[in-house]
Amino acid sequence: MEEAVDKLADVAAVSGADTAWMIVATALVLLMTPALAFFYGGLVRQKNALNTMMMSFASLGVVGVLWATVGYSLAFAPGTDFIGGLDYLFLRGVGMEAQGTIPHLLFMVFQGTFAIITAALISGAVAERMRFDAYLAFISLWILGVYAPVCHWVWGGGWLAKMGALDFAGGTVVHVNAGIAAVVAARIVGPRRDYGRQAMLPHNVPFVLLGAGLLWFGWFGFNAGSALAADGLAALAFANTMLAPAAALVVWMFLDVRATGSTTAVGAATGIVVGLVAITPAAGFIGPMAAIALGGLAAVPSYFAIAKSQTHKLDDSLEVAAAHGLGGLVGAVLTGVFAASAWGGATGLLAGNFKQFAVQIVAVLAAMVYSGLVSWALLKGISMVIPLRADEKSERIGLDVPMHGEEAYSHGDGAVLIAPEALAGASPVPLGVPASEQAV
Amino acid sequence: MKLITAIIRPEKLNEVLSALYEVEVRGLTLTRCLGHGGEMEAVETYRGSTVKMGLVEKVKLEIGVSDAFLDAAIYACMHSARTGEVGDGKIFVTDLEKVVRIRTGEQDESAVTPLADLSVEVQGSAA
Repeated sequence: MEEAVDKLADVAAVSGADTAWMIVATALVLLMTPALAFFYGGLVRQKNALNTMMMSFASLGVVGVLWATVGYSLAFAPGTDFIGGLDYLFLRGVGMEAQGTIPHLLFMVFQGTFAIITAALISGAVAERMRFDAYLAFISLWILGVYAPVCHWVWGGGWLAKMGALDFAGGTVVHVNAGIAAVVAARIVGPRRDYGRQAMLPHNVPFVLLGAGLLWFGWFGFNAGSALAADGLAALAFANTMLAPAAALVVWMFLDVRATGSTTAVGAATGIVVGLVAITPAAGFIGPMAAIALGGLAAVPSYFAIAKSQTHKLDDSLEVAAAHGLGGLVGAVLTGVFAASAWGGATGLLAGNFKQFAVQIVAVLAAMVYSGLVSWALLKGISMVIPLRADEKSERIGLDVPMHGEEAYSHGDGAVLIAPEALAGASPVPLGVPASEQAV
Repeated sequence: MKLITAIIRPEKLNEVLSALYEVEVRGLTLTRCLGHGGEMEAVETYRGSTVKMGLVEKVKLEIGVSDAFLDAAIYACMHSARTGEVGDGKIFVTDLEKVVRIRTGEQDESAVTPLADLSVEVQGSAA
Protein backbone atom coordinates (compact mmCIF):
# COMPACT_ATOMS: atom_id res chain seq x y z
CA MET A 1 0.00 0.00 0.00
CA GLU A 2 2.74 2.39 0.98
CA GLU A 3 4.52 1.56 -2.25
CA ALA A 4 1.43 2.43 -4.24
CA VAL A 5 1.19 5.79 -2.47
CA ASP A 6 4.87 6.46 -3.25
CA LYS A 7 4.24 5.64 -6.85
CA LEU A 8 1.35 8.08 -6.98
CA ALA A 9 3.55 10.75 -5.45
CA ASP A 10 6.19 10.04 -8.07
CA VAL A 11 3.74 10.35 -10.92
CA ALA A 12 2.48 13.59 -9.44
CA ALA A 13 6.03 14.97 -9.39
CA VAL A 14 6.24 14.67 -13.17
CA SER A 15 5.65 18.10 -14.67
CA GLY A 16 3.71 18.22 -17.91
CA ALA A 17 5.44 21.37 -19.11
CA ASP A 18 8.92 20.05 -18.36
CA THR A 19 8.14 16.71 -19.95
CA ALA A 20 6.80 18.34 -23.12
CA TRP A 21 9.91 20.49 -23.52
CA MET A 22 12.30 17.63 -22.76
CA ILE A 23 10.62 15.36 -25.33
CA VAL A 24 11.19 18.04 -27.96
CA ALA A 25 14.72 18.75 -26.73
CA THR A 26 15.62 15.06 -26.94
CA ALA A 27 14.45 14.90 -30.55
CA LEU A 28 16.48 18.04 -31.30
CA VAL A 29 19.65 16.50 -29.90
CA LEU A 30 19.06 13.30 -31.88
CA LEU A 31 18.93 15.42 -35.06
CA MET A 32 22.46 16.64 -34.34
CA THR A 33 23.95 13.30 -35.33
CA PRO A 34 22.51 13.30 -38.89
CA ALA A 35 23.50 17.00 -38.97
CA LEU A 36 27.06 16.02 -38.07
CA ALA A 37 26.93 13.43 -40.87
CA PHE A 38 26.22 16.23 -43.35
CA PHE A 39 28.86 18.51 -41.82
CA TYR A 40 31.54 15.83 -41.95
CA GLY A 41 30.24 14.27 -45.18
CA GLY A 42 30.52 17.55 -47.06
CA LEU A 43 34.07 18.09 -45.85
CA VAL A 44 35.52 14.86 -47.25
CA ARG A 45 36.26 13.89 -50.81
CA GLN A 46 33.42 12.50 -52.91
CA LYS A 47 34.79 8.96 -52.86
CA ASN A 48 34.50 8.84 -49.05
CA ALA A 49 31.21 10.70 -48.62
CA LEU A 50 29.02 7.73 -47.69
CA ASN A 51 31.60 6.15 -45.42
CA THR A 52 32.02 9.38 -43.48
CA MET A 53 28.27 9.93 -43.16
CA MET A 54 27.72 6.31 -42.15
CA MET A 55 30.21 6.71 -39.31
CA SER A 56 27.77 9.17 -37.73
CA PHE A 57 24.60 7.31 -38.67
CA ALA A 58 25.91 3.97 -37.38
CA SER A 59 26.42 5.57 -33.97
CA LEU A 60 22.65 6.14 -33.78
CA GLY A 61 22.20 2.37 -33.80
CA VAL A 62 25.21 0.94 -32.01
CA VAL A 63 25.51 3.53 -29.25
CA GLY A 64 21.72 3.83 -28.92
CA VAL A 65 21.42 0.13 -28.06
CA LEU A 66 24.53 0.02 -25.88
CA TRP A 67 23.38 3.06 -23.93
CA ALA A 68 20.00 1.58 -23.02
CA THR A 69 21.39 -1.85 -22.14
CA VAL A 70 24.60 -1.01 -20.26
CA GLY A 71 25.90 2.53 -20.69
CA TYR A 72 23.13 4.38 -18.89
CA SER A 73 23.61 2.27 -15.78
CA LEU A 74 27.39 2.79 -15.76
CA ALA A 75 26.85 6.54 -16.02
CA PHE A 76 23.82 7.23 -13.83
CA ALA A 77 23.05 4.28 -11.51
CA PRO A 78 24.15 4.82 -7.90
CA GLY A 79 27.74 3.65 -7.64
CA THR A 80 31.18 4.81 -6.62
CA ASP A 81 32.81 8.18 -7.24
CA PHE A 82 34.31 6.83 -10.45
CA ILE A 83 31.62 4.74 -12.10
CA GLY A 84 27.92 4.03 -11.74
CA GLY A 85 26.58 0.69 -10.55
CA LEU A 86 24.65 -1.99 -12.38
CA ASP A 87 21.20 -1.21 -10.93
CA TYR A 88 19.86 0.17 -14.23
CA LEU A 89 21.28 -2.61 -16.42
CA PHE A 90 18.78 -3.29 -19.26
CA LEU A 91 16.79 -0.34 -17.88
CA ARG A 92 15.67 -2.29 -14.83
CA GLY A 93 13.87 0.19 -12.59
CA VAL A 94 13.88 2.92 -15.23
CA GLY A 95 10.25 3.71 -15.96
CA MET A 96 7.68 6.45 -16.02
CA GLU A 97 8.33 7.58 -12.45
CA ALA A 98 9.81 11.02 -11.89
CA GLN A 99 13.51 11.72 -12.13
CA GLY A 100 13.54 15.36 -11.12
CA THR A 101 10.36 16.58 -12.78
CA ILE A 102 10.44 14.43 -15.91
CA PRO A 103 9.91 10.68 -16.39
CA HIS A 104 13.05 8.68 -15.72
CA LEU A 105 12.82 7.03 -19.16
CA LEU A 106 12.86 10.42 -20.84
CA PHE A 107 15.98 11.43 -18.91
CA MET A 108 17.63 8.19 -20.05
CA VAL A 109 16.81 8.85 -23.74
CA PHE A 110 17.92 12.49 -23.50
CA GLN A 111 21.30 11.37 -22.13
CA GLY A 112 21.45 8.62 -24.79
CA THR A 113 21.32 11.19 -27.58
CA PHE A 114 24.40 12.86 -26.00
CA ALA A 115 26.31 9.58 -25.96
CA ILE A 116 25.43 8.98 -29.63
CA ILE A 117 26.77 12.29 -30.89
CA THR A 118 29.87 12.19 -28.69
CA ALA A 119 30.93 8.89 -30.25
CA ALA A 120 30.13 10.20 -33.74
CA LEU A 121 32.28 13.31 -33.18
CA ILE A 122 35.41 11.16 -33.01
CA SER A 123 34.84 9.86 -36.55
CA GLY A 124 36.00 13.15 -38.06
CA ALA A 125 39.57 12.48 -36.97
CA VAL A 126 39.84 9.09 -38.68
CA ALA A 127 37.69 9.78 -41.75
CA GLU A 128 38.86 8.61 -45.17
CA ARG A 129 41.07 5.73 -43.97
CA MET A 130 39.76 3.82 -40.93
CA ARG A 131 38.07 0.48 -41.46
CA PHE A 132 34.36 0.64 -40.68
CA ASP A 133 34.30 -2.50 -38.52
CA ALA A 134 37.26 -1.31 -36.46
CA TYR A 135 35.52 2.04 -36.01
CA LEU A 136 32.32 0.39 -34.79
CA ALA A 137 34.30 -1.75 -32.36
CA PHE A 138 36.09 1.34 -31.09
CA ILE A 139 33.03 3.53 -30.46
CA SER A 140 31.21 0.62 -28.81
CA LEU A 141 34.01 0.04 -26.31
CA TRP A 142 34.66 3.77 -25.96
CA ILE A 143 31.08 4.55 -24.92
CA LEU A 144 31.26 1.99 -22.11
CA GLY A 145 34.91 2.47 -21.15
CA VAL A 146 35.35 6.23 -21.50
CA TYR A 147 32.10 8.14 -22.02
CA ALA A 148 30.02 6.45 -19.30
CA PRO A 149 32.64 6.91 -16.53
CA VAL A 150 33.44 10.54 -17.44
CA CYS A 151 29.70 11.25 -17.67
CA HIS A 152 29.33 9.72 -14.19
CA TRP A 153 32.16 11.85 -12.78
CA VAL A 154 30.49 15.09 -13.86
CA TRP A 155 26.74 14.44 -14.07
CA GLY A 156 26.18 11.15 -12.24
CA GLY A 157 27.32 12.32 -8.81
CA GLY A 158 30.95 11.29 -9.27
CA TRP A 159 34.11 12.91 -7.93
CA LEU A 160 34.15 15.93 -10.26
CA ALA A 161 30.52 16.69 -9.40
CA LYS A 162 31.39 16.55 -5.69
CA MET A 163 34.34 18.86 -6.32
CA GLY A 164 31.90 21.35 -7.86
CA ALA A 165 32.97 21.22 -11.52
CA LEU A 166 30.59 23.19 -13.75
CA ASP A 167 29.63 21.56 -17.03
CA PHE A 168 26.18 22.65 -18.04
CA ALA A 169 25.71 20.60 -21.21
CA GLY A 170 28.95 18.79 -21.85
CA GLY A 171 32.03 20.87 -22.61
CA THR A 172 34.16 18.40 -20.69
CA VAL A 173 32.01 15.28 -20.91
CA VAL A 174 31.27 15.60 -24.62
CA HIS A 175 33.71 17.88 -26.42
CA VAL A 176 37.01 17.69 -24.56
CA ASN A 177 36.41 13.96 -24.12
CA ALA A 178 35.76 13.34 -27.84
CA GLY A 179 38.47 15.80 -28.90
CA ILE A 180 41.22 13.94 -27.04
CA ALA A 181 39.95 10.54 -28.20
CA ALA A 182 40.08 11.99 -31.72
CA VAL A 183 43.73 13.03 -31.38
CA VAL A 184 44.68 9.60 -30.07
CA ALA A 185 42.73 7.81 -32.81
CA ALA A 186 44.22 9.97 -35.58
CA ARG A 187 47.69 9.27 -34.17
CA ILE A 188 47.25 5.49 -33.94
CA VAL A 189 45.41 5.00 -37.24
CA GLY A 190 48.00 7.19 -38.97
CA PRO A 191 47.68 9.89 -41.62
CA ARG A 192 45.87 9.46 -44.92
CA ARG A 193 48.19 8.35 -47.71
CA ASP A 194 47.70 11.59 -49.63
CA TYR A 195 48.12 13.74 -46.50
CA GLY A 196 50.65 16.51 -47.00
CA ARG A 197 51.13 15.57 -50.67
CA GLN A 198 47.79 16.45 -52.23
CA ALA A 199 45.15 19.02 -51.52
CA MET A 200 42.10 17.19 -50.15
CA LEU A 201 39.17 19.51 -50.67
CA PRO A 202 35.61 19.39 -49.32
CA HIS A 203 33.44 17.79 -52.00
CA ASN A 204 30.18 19.52 -51.05
CA VAL A 205 30.37 22.85 -49.24
CA PRO A 206 26.55 23.32 -49.21
CA PHE A 207 26.38 20.06 -47.19
CA VAL A 208 28.84 21.59 -44.72
CA LEU A 209 26.61 24.65 -44.32
CA LEU A 210 23.49 22.50 -44.06
CA GLY A 211 25.16 20.39 -41.39
CA ALA A 212 26.31 23.43 -39.40
CA GLY A 213 22.83 24.96 -39.58
CA LEU A 214 21.12 21.77 -38.41
CA LEU A 215 23.71 21.36 -35.65
CA TRP A 216 22.87 24.84 -34.39
CA PHE A 217 19.14 24.00 -34.47
CA GLY A 218 19.70 20.73 -32.59
CA TRP A 219 22.06 22.40 -30.13
CA PHE A 220 19.15 24.41 -28.69
CA GLY A 221 17.89 21.07 -27.39
CA PHE A 222 21.37 20.10 -26.24
CA ASN A 223 21.97 23.22 -24.15
CA ALA A 224 18.51 24.46 -23.21
CA GLY A 225 17.43 20.84 -22.63
CA SER A 226 20.24 20.46 -20.12
CA ALA A 227 18.18 22.63 -17.75
CA LEU A 228 15.98 19.50 -17.57
CA ALA A 229 12.96 21.77 -17.19
CA ALA A 230 10.91 24.35 -19.09
CA ASP A 231 12.00 27.28 -16.98
CA GLY A 232 14.08 30.46 -16.89
CA LEU A 233 17.35 28.54 -16.82
CA ALA A 234 16.38 26.81 -20.07
CA ALA A 235 15.62 30.22 -21.58
CA LEU A 236 19.04 31.50 -20.48
CA ALA A 237 20.81 28.52 -22.04
CA PHE A 238 18.67 28.97 -25.15
CA ALA A 239 19.61 32.65 -25.51
CA ASN A 240 23.29 31.89 -24.93
CA THR A 241 23.15 29.15 -27.59
CA MET A 242 21.92 31.79 -29.99
CA LEU A 243 24.47 34.46 -29.02
CA ALA A 244 27.81 32.68 -28.55
CA PRO A 245 27.89 31.05 -32.02
CA ALA A 246 26.77 34.36 -33.53
CA ALA A 247 29.78 36.07 -31.94
CA ALA A 248 32.11 33.23 -32.93
CA LEU A 249 30.82 33.49 -36.51
CA VAL A 250 31.49 37.23 -36.64
CA VAL A 251 35.02 36.86 -35.22
CA TRP A 252 35.74 33.91 -37.53
CA MET A 253 34.69 35.85 -40.64
CA PHE A 254 36.83 38.77 -39.51
CA LEU A 255 39.89 36.56 -39.00
CA ASP A 256 39.22 34.91 -42.35
CA VAL A 257 39.17 38.22 -44.19
CA ARG A 258 42.39 39.28 -42.51
CA ALA A 259 44.18 36.06 -43.36
CA THR A 260 42.82 35.16 -46.81
CA GLY A 261 40.96 38.21 -48.08
CA SER A 262 37.63 36.41 -48.21
CA THR A 263 34.95 35.13 -45.87
CA THR A 264 34.90 31.43 -46.62
CA ALA A 265 31.77 29.32 -46.26
CA VAL A 266 33.62 26.37 -44.73
CA GLY A 267 35.16 28.85 -42.29
CA ALA A 268 31.74 30.25 -41.39
CA ALA A 269 30.37 26.76 -40.75
CA THR A 270 33.39 25.92 -38.59
CA GLY A 271 33.06 29.18 -36.65
CA ILE A 272 29.44 28.36 -35.80
CA VAL A 273 30.39 24.91 -34.54
CA VAL A 274 33.26 26.27 -32.43
CA GLY A 275 30.92 28.85 -30.87
CA LEU A 276 28.39 26.12 -30.09
CA VAL A 277 31.05 23.90 -28.55
CA ALA A 278 32.43 26.72 -26.39
CA ILE A 279 29.07 27.83 -24.97
CA THR A 280 28.05 24.26 -24.11
CA PRO A 281 29.67 24.06 -20.64
CA ALA A 282 28.72 27.66 -19.82
CA ALA A 283 25.19 27.89 -21.23
CA GLY A 284 23.32 27.94 -17.91
CA PHE A 285 25.95 29.70 -15.80
CA ILE A 286 26.74 32.97 -17.59
CA GLY A 287 24.77 35.98 -18.79
CA PRO A 288 23.99 36.74 -22.43
CA MET A 289 26.62 39.49 -22.81
CA ALA A 290 29.23 37.16 -21.30
CA ALA A 291 28.08 34.54 -23.84
CA ILE A 292 28.88 36.95 -26.68
CA ALA A 293 32.33 37.55 -25.19
CA LEU A 294 32.90 33.83 -24.66
CA GLY A 295 31.87 32.93 -28.21
CA GLY A 296 34.07 35.61 -29.73
CA LEU A 297 37.08 34.71 -27.58
CA ALA A 298 36.74 30.98 -28.21
CA ALA A 299 36.88 31.47 -31.99
CA VAL A 300 40.46 32.78 -31.86
CA PRO A 301 42.49 29.76 -30.62
CA SER A 302 40.51 27.31 -32.76
CA TYR A 303 40.94 29.51 -35.84
CA PHE A 304 44.71 29.58 -35.52
CA ALA A 305 44.91 25.90 -34.59
CA ILE A 306 43.08 25.00 -37.82
CA ALA A 307 45.15 27.43 -39.89
CA LYS A 308 48.30 25.75 -38.60
CA SER A 309 47.02 22.17 -38.76
CA GLN A 310 48.24 21.47 -42.30
CA THR A 311 51.80 21.73 -41.03
CA HIS A 312 51.31 18.99 -38.42
CA LYS A 313 52.30 15.39 -38.83
CA LEU A 314 49.07 14.44 -37.09
CA ASP A 315 46.29 14.01 -39.65
CA ASP A 316 43.09 14.94 -37.79
CA SER A 317 41.09 14.89 -41.05
CA LEU A 318 38.20 17.15 -40.07
CA GLU A 319 39.80 19.14 -37.23
CA VAL A 320 37.98 17.47 -34.35
CA ALA A 321 40.76 18.37 -31.92
CA ALA A 322 40.87 22.05 -32.90
CA ALA A 323 37.09 22.54 -33.09
CA HIS A 324 35.81 20.29 -30.30
CA GLY A 325 38.84 19.58 -28.11
CA LEU A 326 40.20 23.10 -28.03
CA GLY A 327 36.78 24.79 -28.26
CA GLY A 328 35.49 22.64 -25.38
CA LEU A 329 38.59 23.33 -23.31
CA VAL A 330 38.36 27.09 -23.80
CA GLY A 331 34.63 27.03 -23.06
CA ALA A 332 35.07 24.96 -19.90
CA VAL A 333 37.83 27.23 -18.57
CA LEU A 334 35.93 30.42 -19.49
CA THR A 335 32.91 29.01 -17.64
CA GLY A 336 35.10 29.33 -14.54
CA VAL A 337 35.78 32.95 -15.49
CA PHE A 338 32.35 34.25 -16.48
CA ALA A 339 30.06 32.25 -14.15
CA ALA A 340 27.84 34.76 -12.33
CA SER A 341 25.60 33.99 -9.38
CA ALA A 342 22.87 36.27 -10.70
CA TRP A 343 22.32 33.84 -13.59
CA GLY A 344 23.11 30.24 -12.76
CA GLY A 345 23.93 30.45 -9.06
CA ALA A 346 27.66 29.69 -9.36
CA THR A 347 30.45 32.28 -9.41
CA GLY A 348 33.65 32.41 -11.41
CA LEU A 349 36.96 34.24 -11.56
CA LEU A 350 35.37 37.58 -12.51
CA ALA A 351 33.35 37.41 -9.30
CA GLY A 352 36.53 36.65 -7.35
CA ASN A 353 36.04 32.88 -7.13
CA PHE A 354 39.47 31.54 -8.01
CA LYS A 355 38.60 28.09 -6.68
CA GLN A 356 35.96 27.59 -9.38
CA PHE A 357 38.49 28.49 -12.06
CA ALA A 358 40.92 25.91 -10.67
CA VAL A 359 38.23 23.24 -10.41
CA GLN A 360 37.34 23.79 -14.07
CA ILE A 361 40.96 23.21 -15.07
CA VAL A 362 41.19 20.06 -12.94
CA ALA A 363 38.02 18.69 -14.57
CA VAL A 364 39.32 19.32 -18.09
CA LEU A 365 42.72 17.79 -17.31
CA ALA A 366 41.14 14.73 -15.69
CA ALA A 367 38.96 14.11 -18.75
CA MET A 368 41.95 14.60 -21.09
CA VAL A 369 44.22 12.19 -19.25
CA TYR A 370 41.59 9.48 -18.72
CA SER A 371 40.11 9.70 -22.22
CA GLY A 372 43.55 9.81 -23.84
CA LEU A 373 44.92 6.78 -22.01
CA VAL A 374 41.86 4.55 -22.28
CA SER A 375 41.23 5.46 -25.94
CA TRP A 376 44.84 4.54 -26.68
CA ALA A 377 44.49 1.18 -24.90
CA LEU A 378 41.20 0.37 -26.64
CA LEU A 379 42.59 1.10 -30.11
CA LYS A 380 45.74 -0.92 -29.44
CA GLY A 381 43.58 -3.80 -28.22
CA ILE A 382 41.31 -3.69 -31.29
CA SER A 383 44.31 -3.53 -33.62
CA MET A 384 45.40 -6.93 -32.30
CA VAL A 385 42.15 -8.44 -33.57
CA ILE A 386 41.34 -6.48 -36.76
CA PRO A 387 43.41 -3.95 -38.72
CA LEU A 388 42.41 -0.36 -37.96
CA ARG A 389 43.25 0.89 -41.45
CA ALA A 390 41.66 0.20 -44.80
CA ASP A 391 44.05 -1.38 -47.30
CA GLU A 392 45.85 0.83 -49.77
CA LYS A 393 43.62 0.07 -52.74
CA SER A 394 40.43 0.86 -50.79
CA GLU A 395 41.90 4.14 -49.63
CA ARG A 396 42.91 5.01 -53.19
CA ILE A 397 39.51 4.34 -54.78
CA GLY A 398 37.65 5.67 -51.73
CA LEU A 399 36.01 3.75 -48.89
CA ASP A 400 32.40 3.98 -50.11
CA VAL A 401 32.41 0.98 -52.44
CA PRO A 402 34.78 -1.29 -50.44
CA MET A 403 33.04 -0.66 -47.07
CA HIS A 404 29.43 -0.08 -48.05
CA GLY A 405 28.97 -1.41 -51.59
CA GLU A 406 27.48 1.88 -52.72
CA GLU A 407 28.53 5.20 -54.17
CA ALA A 408 27.26 8.56 -52.96
CA TYR A 409 26.56 9.86 -56.45
CA SER A 410 26.04 6.79 -58.56
CA HIS A 411 25.52 7.47 -62.26
CA GLY A 412 23.89 4.10 -62.86
CA ASP A 413 24.83 4.13 -66.56
CA GLY A 414 25.66 0.66 -67.75
CA ALA A 415 24.69 -0.93 -64.43
CA VAL A 416 23.15 -4.38 -64.75
CA LEU A 417 20.74 -5.82 -62.20
CA ILE A 418 21.81 -9.25 -61.06
CA ALA A 419 18.83 -11.58 -60.53
CA PRO A 420 18.58 -13.05 -57.01
CA GLU A 421 18.55 -16.58 -58.54
CA ALA A 422 21.97 -15.97 -60.03
CA LEU A 423 23.29 -15.11 -56.62
CA ALA A 424 21.44 -17.84 -54.74
CA GLY A 425 23.75 -20.70 -55.65
CA ALA A 426 26.91 -18.69 -55.44
CA SER A 427 28.95 -18.33 -52.32
CA PRO A 428 28.55 -14.98 -50.57
CA VAL A 429 30.32 -12.32 -52.54
CA PRO A 430 32.32 -9.65 -50.76
CA LEU A 431 31.07 -6.33 -51.97
CA GLY A 432 33.22 -4.19 -54.17
CA VAL A 433 35.58 -6.98 -55.13
CA PRO A 434 35.96 -7.33 -58.89
CA ALA A 435 34.13 -10.37 -60.23
CA SER A 436 37.38 -11.80 -61.58
CA GLU A 437 38.91 -12.01 -58.14
CA GLN A 438 35.75 -13.58 -56.73
CA ALA A 439 35.65 -16.36 -59.28
CA VAL A 440 39.26 -17.44 -58.97
CA MET B 1 51.67 18.01 -84.14
CA LYS B 2 49.74 15.30 -82.40
CA LEU B 3 46.67 15.06 -80.19
CA ILE B 4 47.20 12.81 -77.19
CA THR B 5 43.99 11.42 -75.67
CA ALA B 6 44.72 9.68 -72.39
CA ILE B 7 42.01 7.77 -70.50
CA ILE B 8 43.12 7.27 -66.90
CA ARG B 9 41.88 6.39 -63.43
CA PRO B 10 40.44 9.42 -61.58
CA GLU B 11 42.48 8.64 -58.47
CA LYS B 12 45.66 8.86 -60.57
CA LEU B 13 44.85 12.27 -62.01
CA ASN B 14 46.98 14.32 -59.63
CA GLU B 15 50.03 12.19 -60.27
CA VAL B 16 49.56 12.42 -64.05
CA LEU B 17 49.18 16.19 -63.91
CA SER B 18 52.35 16.65 -61.91
CA ALA B 19 54.26 14.26 -64.20
CA LEU B 20 53.11 16.25 -67.24
CA TYR B 21 54.04 19.49 -65.50
CA GLU B 22 57.55 18.17 -64.96
CA VAL B 23 58.05 17.60 -68.68
CA GLU B 24 56.64 21.09 -69.31
CA VAL B 25 53.37 20.03 -70.85
CA ARG B 26 50.94 22.52 -69.33
CA GLY B 27 48.09 22.96 -71.78
CA LEU B 28 45.42 20.31 -71.57
CA THR B 29 41.68 19.66 -71.40
CA LEU B 30 40.10 17.35 -68.84
CA THR B 31 36.78 15.53 -69.08
CA ARG B 32 35.25 13.24 -66.49
CA CYS B 33 33.77 10.28 -68.29
CA LEU B 34 32.65 6.65 -68.01
CA GLY B 35 34.39 3.82 -69.69
CA HIS B 36 35.02 0.14 -69.90
CA GLY B 37 38.26 -1.41 -71.00
CA GLY B 38 38.10 -5.10 -70.15
CA GLU B 39 38.30 -4.81 -66.38
CA MET B 40 35.86 -6.89 -64.39
CA GLU B 41 32.82 -5.14 -63.03
CA ALA B 42 32.52 -4.07 -59.43
CA VAL B 43 29.41 -5.28 -57.63
CA GLU B 44 27.35 -2.83 -55.60
CA THR B 45 24.13 -3.15 -53.62
CA TYR B 46 21.24 -0.69 -53.44
CA ARG B 47 18.32 -1.49 -51.11
CA GLY B 48 18.96 -5.19 -51.47
CA SER B 49 19.31 -5.20 -55.26
CA THR B 50 22.71 -6.38 -56.37
CA VAL B 51 24.03 -4.47 -59.32
CA LYS B 52 26.99 -5.03 -61.60
CA MET B 53 28.54 -1.70 -62.48
CA GLY B 54 29.28 -2.02 -66.19
CA LEU B 55 30.99 1.33 -66.64
CA VAL B 56 33.73 2.73 -64.49
CA GLU B 57 34.49 6.37 -63.83
CA LYS B 58 37.49 7.58 -65.81
CA VAL B 59 39.18 10.84 -66.63
CA LYS B 60 39.98 11.82 -70.22
CA LEU B 61 42.89 14.16 -70.89
CA GLU B 62 43.30 15.78 -74.30
CA ILE B 63 46.68 17.30 -74.97
CA GLY B 64 47.83 18.96 -78.19
CA VAL B 65 51.64 18.79 -78.50
CA SER B 66 54.30 19.59 -81.05
CA ASP B 67 56.31 16.55 -82.13
CA ALA B 68 59.24 17.44 -79.86
CA PHE B 69 57.05 17.01 -76.78
CA LEU B 70 55.22 13.86 -77.89
CA ASP B 71 57.38 11.10 -76.45
CA ALA B 72 57.98 12.89 -73.17
CA ALA B 73 54.25 13.49 -72.71
CA ILE B 74 53.31 9.88 -73.51
CA TYR B 75 56.01 8.57 -71.19
CA ALA B 76 54.89 10.87 -68.38
CA CYS B 77 51.23 9.79 -68.71
CA MET B 78 52.06 6.12 -68.93
CA HIS B 79 54.30 5.94 -65.90
CA SER B 80 52.26 8.14 -63.62
CA ALA B 81 48.90 6.50 -64.44
CA ARG B 82 50.00 2.90 -64.02
CA THR B 83 48.93 0.69 -61.10
CA GLY B 84 49.55 -2.62 -62.88
CA GLU B 85 45.94 -3.77 -62.64
CA VAL B 86 43.43 -4.06 -65.48
CA GLY B 87 41.67 -0.73 -65.87
CA ASP B 88 44.67 1.60 -65.88
CA GLY B 89 43.45 3.14 -69.15
CA LYS B 90 44.81 3.89 -72.62
CA ILE B 91 46.68 6.55 -74.51
CA PHE B 92 45.58 7.34 -78.06
CA VAL B 93 47.68 9.48 -80.36
CA THR B 94 46.23 11.06 -83.50
CA ASP B 95 47.56 13.43 -86.14
CA LEU B 96 46.53 17.05 -85.86
CA GLU B 97 45.71 18.85 -89.06
CA LYS B 98 45.53 22.37 -87.73
CA VAL B 99 45.67 24.24 -84.41
CA VAL B 100 44.62 27.85 -83.84
CA ARG B 101 45.12 29.83 -80.63
CA ILE B 102 41.96 31.88 -80.36
CA ARG B 103 43.42 34.86 -78.50
CA THR B 104 46.23 35.65 -80.94
CA GLY B 105 45.32 33.84 -84.13
CA GLU B 106 48.66 31.98 -83.97
CA GLN B 107 48.57 28.71 -85.87
CA ASP B 108 50.00 25.21 -85.66
CA GLU B 109 53.38 24.79 -83.90
CA SER B 110 53.32 28.24 -82.28
CA ALA B 111 49.75 27.63 -81.11
CA VAL B 112 50.63 24.48 -79.13
CA THR B 113 53.90 25.84 -77.71
CA PRO B 114 53.47 26.89 -74.10
CA LEU B 115 53.98 30.55 -73.28
CA ALA B 116 57.27 31.44 -71.65
CA ASP B 117 55.97 33.64 -68.87
CA LEU B 118 53.06 32.03 -67.08
CA SER B 119 52.01 34.57 -64.53
CA VAL B 120 49.77 33.29 -61.77
CA GLU B 121 46.96 35.49 -60.66
CA VAL B 122 45.40 34.72 -57.32
CA GLN B 123 41.70 35.54 -57.32
CA GLY B 124 40.19 37.50 -54.51
CA SER B 125 43.51 38.17 -52.83
CA ALA B 126 43.55 41.48 -51.04
CA ALA B 127 47.25 41.32 -50.30
